[in-house]
Formats: sequence, structure tokens, C-alpha cells
Amino acid sequence: MTEGFIEERDLDDVAVGAAILGTGGGGDPHIGRLLAHAAVRAHGPVRMVGLDTLPDDAVTAMVAMMGAPTVMLEKLPSAEQAAHAVRALASYLGKTVTHLVCAEAGGVNALVPVVAAAELGLPLVDADAMGRAFPELQMVLPTMYGITATPMSIADEKGNRGIFDTTDNKWAERLARSATIDMGCSAMISLFSMSGAQARESLVPGTLSLCAELGRLVRQARAAHRDPVAAVVDRLGGAELFRGKVVDVGRRTEGGFARGEATLDGFDGHTGERFLLRFQNEHLVAVRDGAVVASVPDLICVLDVEAGTAITTETLRYGQRVRVIAAPCDPRWHRPEGIDLVGPRYFGYDHDPVRVAAGAMA
Amino acid sequence: MRIGIDVGGTNTDAVLMEGRSVLAAVKTATTRDVTSGITTALAELKRQRAFDPVAVQAVMIGTTHFINALVEADRLAPTAAVRLGLPATASLPPMVDWPERLVRAISGRAYLCHGGHEFDGRHIAELREDEILRVAEDLDRHGIRSVAISSVFSPVNAEFEQRAAEILTARLPGLAVSLSAEVGRMGLLERENATIVNASLRELAGRIVDGLAGSLEGAGIRAPLYLSQNDGTLMDVDFARRYPVATFASGPTNSMRGAAFLSGLETCAVVDVGGTTSDIGVLRNGFPREATTEVSVAGIRTNFRMPDVLSLGIGGGSRVREGAEVTVGPDSVGYRLAEEALVFGGSTLTATDVAVAAGRAEIGDPGLVRGLDRSLVEAALRRIAGDIAEAIERVRTSPDPLPVVAVGGGSVLLPDELGDSGAVHRPRHFAVANAIGAAIAQIGGVVDRIFPVEPGQRRAVLDEAKQEAVDKAVAAGAKPGSVQVVEVDEVPLAYLPGNATRIRVKAVGDLQMEAGRD
Repeated sequence: MTEGFIEERDLDDVAVGAAILGTGGGGDPHIGRLLAHAAVRAHGPVRMVGLDTLPDDAVTAMVAMMGAPTVMLEKLPSAEQAAHAVRALASYLGKTVTHLVCAEAGGVNALVPVVAAAELGLPLVDADAMGRAFPELQMVLPTMYGITATPMSIADEKGNRGIFDTTDNKWAERLARSATIDMGCSAMISLFSMSGAQARESLVPGTLSLCAELGRLVRQARAAHRDPVAAVVDRLGGAELFRGKVVDVGRRTEGGFARGEATLDGFDGHTGERFLLRFQNEHLVAVRDGAVVASVPDLICVLDVEAGTAITTETLRYGQRVRVIAAPCDPRWHRPEGIDLVGPRYFGYDHDPVRVAAGAMA
Repeated sequence: MRIGIDVGGTNTDAVLMEGRSVLAAVKTATTRDVTSGITTALAELKRQRAFDPVAVQAVMIGTTHFINALVEADRLAPTAAVRLGLPATASLPPMVDWPERLVRAISGRAYLCHGGHEFDGRHIAELREDEILRVAEDLDRHGIRSVAISSVFSPVNAEFEQRAAEILTARLPGLAVSLSAEVGRMGLLERENATIVNASLRELAGRIVDGLAGSLEGAGIRAPLYLSQNDGTLMDVDFARRYPVATFASGPTNSMRGAAFLSGLETCAVVDVGGTTSDIGVLRNGFPREATTEVSVAGIRTNFRMPDVLSLGIGGGSRVREGAEVTVGPDSVGYRLAEEALVFGGSTLTATDVAVAAGRAEIGDPGLVRGLDRSLVEAALRRIAGDIAEAIERVRTSPDPLPVVAVGGGSVLLPDELGDSGAVHRPRHFAVANAIGAAIAQIGGVVDRIFPVEPGQRRAVLDEAKQEAVDKAVAAGAKPGSVQVVEVDEVPLAYLPGNATRIRVKAVGDLQMEAGRD
């Protein structure tokens, strides 16, 4: 990445890194990558601004895709749709948006803001609101700072736009989810508008360049026949939890979320061990021989044993040889109010969070 | 009786089969015009085992002709893509992710029109006849004779693709039309890519199918002709003319299915050891497991139903090196084996030399490798067995024991026992496994859609999908009582209402052959 710009040649790295931070969810970044390529080719590189240099009076807005990743592979979203969402929010706020912000650095939503920034000619803040992927709209650090998701806008590809102004972020999630279904399960939203000062306080800095760096590390390690997974673990300050083969995957849908469990049989120093991954779109809990060894809010990523690329929960299948790594989340998620939002109990697992061991936490 | 023919890049193989027995098997050279190669193969068959051409009930041909034409970017027709989806999808027009070279090779033109469906069947926008007519004018002006039509969520509802095809062909009667709903599954870009590739091959398909039919006629055979599809089932010639892309992966599929048939195993791993690589795949109920990920063909991302084959850089020509540990491959002397291998008087230590030194095969002059260090020979063979066993472990689909079938000229590299898999099966006639795979092919029907699954309704929804697949197989020419469901796959989808589940069912049955001819 050239100083301060995301160029076309960076996008593939960003997509690989975003898939890793997606912790198994967040949607395959492939379509986001293609959209970003098209947008950057048409409008030129996107200027990226460090969180620390954001002016206090900046007017920021997040932009993201909401809906079913599977639908997005069929009804391809457009750059204009993302721009529409931002314009709708700006017009309701009666302000000019000066900077775009990424809500979720994991999966497809890491690239949607790049598309919107290129389309609108706006700078993008090198940060995101969670430092990973989570399935619901209120699951962002700004919620803990009392920053409201709404006013938020929602736009479909037909030109329909809506505004929600809600009493809290959970209502925003609920109403936006219903509207998204009526919009064909694929909508663009713009939300969490905040000042530069608020953004500096509540966002996770440097996560877009982290995506690019992770992608580059994986690419370079492979080219040099070094271990890409070790490079990722090292960069994230995490730990490798397990190496094994997927021997069973059970899935079910509950309330619109794909829940399930994958069982792994160990090899390479883990022979004879059993590992269990519990997921709801994202990987949430990792269990080794009956004991929880990592859980949300920390990151649990499942990577291909050799390629080092991320495997999503939807593509997990029997026979895959994988390595499971865990990495520390932004430490603020471990505050009591963070655990209330995204801890194991919120997702229905009756235990306290288990943090990544290793010399991980800075 | 039936005849199976495999037209590969180098060889044309043919077998004559009666029931489950192979009456005759021949190998001849592929000719540039395809037709004369087949005529020769049929004559050779007849010489090996005299038969009355009129008694032949069906001829099945597998060919790599179409995939080669794409890879070589040769003989492709000028093609247009018409996508129905506006106002959605405009940012990523057709062929957006194609290599420039191939877009040029098909003089590709892209049109975006209104239409398409939502995931639940609602219309994104109505189809506009005037837009489609304007496309027709433009196609006419540019002399484009083949068009691919795609529509958003056409696997859910194909009405717009069909309507657009009617409008276009009413205006341009000679136009060849390929519909995406007939070609691929969910995933607009990948399905559309496969459809555009198909459209670019339509004219070639017409010529090839005519040629094949002509050579059968010339041999006095009046039986219907079928082509092998990627998934190991058959299509009739009318379908082959319209959907040549469905033959793309028929080579490896036929080879694996033929090998399994010869060994009498329905569920097994097949290891095809060639000169440079070993291709390893798994058959379940006689059919190859299909790749679940996207497959790139000539740099184009598609979602064809391709067999999931793992390639390993180990073959008869692989170089063997001594060092801290003995390595085999991935580099190979390839076709220069007969000059470079030690057993042929060359100076390169190859996997073939090691096999000969161990007494597993007699190739070239065994005397030339008699002096090889025993521990080196054993280490190299152990290495080969270990790598192949590990690859088999990777392609397994369940923890059940998986027998191994070894085919291909390099299969002498494999030991008689392989790890947990037990004895390695080495069937007779394996050199013509492809042609046998074609000859034993059945008729299939596939359903792949998103179904709403209400609580307690899972069984009923699955039954509905299974029945639909069975009905499709029968409609395609399967003998009704013989159709069986061979594959069921269900994946619940995130963030969709009504517990949406993607269900894929495949049913196959025996070809309904006209009776009384033999």
C-alpha cells in the first residue's frame, strides 16, 4: 500500500486479510474485491486517513452491506447503491460527510467502504468498529461509548431508500433486518455517523492496513515456501490452537443465523486430540478435549493447513485439513459492557469468555 | 450391446460392451478431424470382435475437444452476453473478471437489461421487450450468432431467460441461445461465465456432433449417440449441440468411473498415475465427488460440476533426488522418459527406475539399475507410498474404510498395500478406463435450489426435492424403475428468512434403451 492510498494492486491482499479477520463469517470477500477493483479502476486510488490524523470536526459515516452473503453472489450489489446509502444519510443529517468508515474489517464489509469511497471521491479512515466480524449491527465498539447507530439509512438497488431513527441500537438492528428482507436480502446501509473526536475514541485503529498486511504476509510466505499461518499468528500476536482434519460438520438455522459445530481430529503433534468449533456465522467457541480454549470476543480463525487462507463456516466440510488460530480482540471488548454485547452468553453459551493464552496481549 | 469411445488429445479409445462385460477394447490415435479417428477405432473394434452394427443399442462418446478449444482460444464463435438484472448488478457487467485475451477471442459483447428475480421469486424489475429488441438489432449489426442469457436468480425462476430467448430468436431466427439456468447453479458471475463459454462453443459443437454422427452412420450403426457429461451422466446429441460446456470435465470423470467399474467397487479412491502427476479422486456410489469450490478453466471462474481431483507431482517420470531425505518429483522428465531414465540408458534417476530396481515392473533394461543402492530405492518407494497415502487421506469424504484403485501407466510405483486402505486394486483393461466410463454412463437429474424449510418440514422438503430430481432423470431418458438418488446435500443459509436451505439432490438411472435390437 503506497503511503496513504489503497490502490488496485492492494485489493487482493486486503480481501485475503479481511477473510482471516472475518473469523469464518462476514461473507466471502470475492464480490467485494471485484467491486473494489472496478471502482478503483474507474475513479482512481482511495485516499486513506489514519485515525490519529482525523480532524475533530470531521463528519464520518460507516457504510456496509447488510443481508445474506449468498444473495449477494447472485444479486450483485452495485457501487452506486453504497453511494446512495451514504447520500441518504447525509441528506437526513443535513451535513456533508467528510470521511467514510469501515464498520467491520472482516469479510465483504472490509471492501464495501473502499467501493463507496472510490465512488463518492471521499477519504476512508484506516480503522473499523470491531476489529473483526460480528453478525449484528449493534456489535460495535461505538455502542459501548453511547454512540447510536441511527439515524441510519438503508438503500436497495432499485432506488428505494429508508431512514431509521431508533431509541437504541438493538431496535436499529431489528428494523433494518426486516427492511433488508423486503429489499431482497441484500441492502446497503450507512450508519453510526460521528465526529472525528468520537471516531478516534471509539474505533479500532489501523485495521484496513492490517488486512492488507495479513494478505501480503500470506502471499509472501507462500512465495518463499515459508509457513503463512505462522506469519499470521505472529502478526496478530495470537496462538495456534490446533491442527486437524474436519471429521464432522453439523448445521442448522435458528432465527436466520446458520449455527453449527465442527469436529476436528488432530494431527502433527495433536494426534489423538479432539477439537470442537462452535459457530453462528462466525466461529465463536473453540473446545479442545472438552475444555474451552478460546471464545468470543477473541478471534478464532480457521485457516487452510498449507495455503493459510481463511475457510468460512459455510464452506467447512469433511476432510478439510485446517489449522485453528486464536488472536486477541481489541481489549475494550473484554470490559463488562463489551462481554454483554458479544460474550459467549450473548450467543447462548453458558460460560465466561476464555482469552487467548500465548504472550499475546500487548 | 453398447460402444464407449473416449476421444482424448492423443488417443481415441473404444470398447464394445455387453452388460457388464468388455467384449473388445482398442486404442488408436486421435485425428485432427476427430471423425476419421473414430472410424478407425470402430473398424479396429470390429476386427477384434465381429459384431452386427445394427445390434448396437447405444454409443457413448467422451471428448476433451471443447475444453481444449477454450484453452487454446481456438475456433470460438463471436459471442454476446445478455444479463437480465437491472437495476441490480450494473457495477460488475458480464466478463468483468475474464482474461482480456479470451474476451478478444470471442469478440465478447455485454448487454445489461432489466429483469431478474429476488431470492424468494419476486421480480427485481419487469422484462422490457423493447430493450431486448434493441439488443437484437445490435447483435445483428455486429454479426453475432451466439448469445448467452443470464438472469438474476434464474435457478429459482428461469421465466425471464426463456422470454428473452423467444424475443431474440423471433427477431434473429438463426441465433444460437444458451440459457444460464440450464448451465450452472447459484452464483451469478460463475454461472454466467460458464454460459458465455458455452455460447462461444456452440458452432464448434454443431460441427463436431455432425462429424461424430456421420462416422457412426458410415460404420452402419443406427443406435442413438450420447455424449458424456462432467458428472458422469449422459446427454443426447440435441442437448450436446446446445450445451457443449457440459462435457468439460468428462475426461477425468470417465476415467475414474471406468476404473471403479473395472474393479467392481462403487465407493473407492482412484489413483491415476501418469508420467508427471498422480490424479486422485473419490467415488461415492459410483460417482465422483464434485468440487464444492469455484473452478477456474482457462482463467475463467466458473461453477461447473467438476470432479474434485487432487493432483500430486508424482509420476513415472518424476526425478528422484538424494539429499538429507530422498525426494520424488514434483519435476519430471515427462515425455523424454524413454531417453533420460536410467533403464533406457539415460542419466536421470526417475521413479520408473526405482520401480524397476525393486522388481515391480520390467521396463527398458533392468540390468541398468541393478547396481542402485537398495536403501535409496526403498526410501524413494516409501516416499511415494507415503505421499499418495496422505493425498488419499485428504480426499476422503467419511471415516469409513476407503479401498484404493490404481490405474495409469505409472501405477507400478504403488505398493500392493497402502496404509489404512489395505490392498491396492489393479483392474484389467485400465488403459481404456475412459472409454469404459463412457460406456457405462447413466442418465441423471439434478436439483439445486434454495428451499424454505419450516420447522418439522425438513423431511417433506427433502422428499419433494428428491422426487423432482428423479422426475428430471426420467424426463432426460432414464428407465423409470432404475432411478436412484445418489447424492443429497443441504446447507442452511445465513441471514435469510424462513430457515432457507440450499438443497442439492442428484438422481441417476439406467439409460432407457430400445429393446429387441439384439
